[in-house]
Amino acid sequence: MGYIAELVVVVPILALVWRFLGAYMTGVYEGRYRFLRWIESPIYRVLSVDPNSEQSWQRYAGSLIVFSAVALVVTYTIMRLQGHLPLNPQHLGGVTPALAWNTAVSFVTNTNWQNYAGESTMSYLSQMAALTVQQFVSASVGVAVAVALIRGLSRKDSKTIGNFWVDLVRGVFYILIPISFVSGIVFVAQGAVQTLSGPAKVHNSLNGVHQIIARGPVGFMEPIKELGTNGGGFFNANGAHPFENPTALTLLLSVILILAIPVALTYTFGQMVKSGRQGVALLATMTIIFGVWLGFTTYAETQPNPAVASAHVVSQRTGNMVGKEVRFGPRLTSLYNVASTQTSTGSVAGANDSFNPMGGFGLLTGMMLGEVSPGGVGSGLYTILLFAIITVFIGGLMVGRTPEYLGKKIQSREVKLAALGVLVMPITVLILTAVAVSVHGGQSAIGNKGPHGFTEILYAFTSQANNNGSAFAGLNGNSAFYNITGGLAMLVGRFAVMLPCLCLSGALADKGVVPAGPGTFRSDTPLFSGLLIGVILIVGGLTFFPAVSLGPIVEQLSHGKLF
Amino acid sequence: MILNLRRALVASVVFLVLCGLLYPLAGTGISQLFFARQANGSLTPYGSSLIGQVWTGPGWFHGRPDGSIITTGPGGVLVSGTNQPGPRSKALASQVAKTAQTLKREGVIPTNDLVTTSGSLLDPDISPRDAFAQMRALSAARSVPESQLRRLIDGQIHGKLLGFIGRQYVDVLSLNIALSRLK
Repeated sequence: MGYIAELVVVVPILALVWRFLGAYMTGVYEGRYRFLRWIESPIYRVLSVDPNSEQSWQRYAGSLIVFSAVALVVTYTIMRLQGHLPLNPQHLGGVTPALAWNTAVSFVTNTNWQNYAGESTMSYLSQMAALTVQQFVSASVGVAVAVALIRGLSRKDSKTIGNFWVDLVRGVFYILIPISFVSGIVFVAQGAVQTLSGPAKVHNSLNGVHQIIARGPVGFMEPIKELGTNGGGFFNANGAHPFENPTALTLLLSVILILAIPVALTYTFGQMVKSGRQGVALLATMTIIFGVWLGFTTYAETQPNPAVASAHVVSQRTGNMVGKEVRFGPRLTSLYNVASTQTSTGSVAGANDSFNPMGGFGLLTGMMLGEVSPGGVGSGLYTILLFAIITVFIGGLMVGRTPEYLGKKIQSREVKLAALGVLVMPITVLILTAVAVSVHGGQSAIGNKGPHGFTEILYAFTSQANNNGSAFAGLNGNSAFYNITGGLAMLVGRFAVMLPCLCLSGALADKGVVPAGPGTFRSDTPLFSGLLIGVILIVGGLTFFPAVSLGPIVEQLSHGKLF
Repeated sequence: MILNLRRALVASVVFLVLCGLLYPLAGTGISQLFFARQANGSLTPYGSSLIGQVWTGPGWFHGRPDGSIITTGPGGVLVSGTNQPGPRSKALASQVAKTAQTLKREGVIPTNDLVTTSGSLLDPDISPRDAFAQMRALSAARSVPESQLRRLIDGQIHGKLLGFIGRQYVDVLSLNIALSRLK
């Protein structure tokens, strides 16, 4: 009952966000809003970019790749040099090369996988100027690719798909910074810290406890961590830490921020292709998958933890409390962690590793479906559009007719690109997991015995290849093996999906529009949404079922057995 | 290519200054101006009311057993949320049994929260039920009637958000400060 009550607050707010943020984003990316021209214009001038010029898909992709490469180098360099730079009150040394590589890739690709504990590794300057910056720009890059793909679908006989630099700048200044700044004030008012004064030394005369409490510029990093579906927290415990996520109010605000842009982009999509129903069909698909996974995972977490139960010392009527905060409990923790794994956020309000076997199954498989429900900022929309193209293709095969999507003929080239974009992630995950369980460097990092140890590895690569960044934290990922292979997984999972999307956008923009006929398979109906859900589940199931069987499913079926 | 490289470099500098320095510094300014207590860590003379502490012995309300596994980093700073045990971990089962033993020896009826560690390992709170479970032991140790302790706990309960969101909880530090002031 209580759970339904919490959703009663979240769902109407998200509905408003969908409608109004969605419409606002259309205006931003169509260049209708100009009120921040005083910031934009000087930036375009120093970049020597003409905001009215557009790029072919090749130039758009080229700009994106070069920008991301430079961002990678800058982020890496700041972390390596942090020992010699200011804003380092804890006098932390430079980050080691393998870890700096993994972390730089992680933040540039919007993954925010963290093989380090922030409070004992990163200087304030690294947290702000290296990591927070990438939380803004990697999110804006993600939305830019989604918008470019929508332009490809909505234009006809066009050689261009927009201007990368303009999309990048507008996303950051019109959308990400204003929402983050206002939300940051709420986080701090609720108890998140925001200071540059270094750790606080406390002594309690009542119990004789001495503590050195890490602090930092946290409160204003939180909103962009969530809004950009980044997920990289200031502290090791991420959203479970009281200084990051102090109250139930900040938890619900976080959930809304996480879901805001991915959900609202379906409205933007509907507006830009001039058919709101097309956006609703995608939103319905996302919502149904999300709802089922949320219900399943929450139910699992309100059940007793098997290891605690085996000790026979307490009743667990309140559910599995291992790795969870008293102020949140199993229900709110599940809501947050499901929202974070079904988008590409990956932040946590409680330890994923200590979720019950079926709770962990819910988090893991949510990512394995390709992060489309609703997925990361931008990445959720462009990935579900790839699935939509595969769906109309399968629909076309059934009736023996050349498929169309939004009036665009879907031919061999488009289907190949969509299939490539969809299959890159599972191939990367399965190959790297197979390598990791076969070599010493992979096995030695496992923190739990039995099937849970295998799940930790599978989860690590699923999370990184999906640019999610959440962890089954039992795995000790800060080793040369995991830093390097993980970095590879994140790069492939990001750019090997973005490039097919941009190529697809170019190919589609160049095409004419065929008017819908009686034989057209309509993509704005419940039938289409149903088929789309089927395709997403079948692709995910066929690729991952064997691997998942060896992990959480075996663990669930091992009744009465501890490892 | 060269033009793109130049643009990428300039853009990186622009974003570094605006998103990486100006944005957090402006946020820090506003926070310190209007919410200085929260922004500096909700500190009291006895510690932060948002950061859990280890309370031992029968004379105090105990929090969650996070202190048993939390570690410290360079300079002794507390490192939150270390690796957590899986749901079928033998180590977890024996840890829970051991914690329950210790509680029982002090006369506390073990509860779910009091035998399990949190996600942050800094959980400052317990549920009202966890506090009530410790009343009998405290009453004996401090020679205070249980009814007085019950009133003390009732006065410290943080309600649900809007009356129906989240859970009720008691912040252990504030509860123990109040306890220390009991006659």
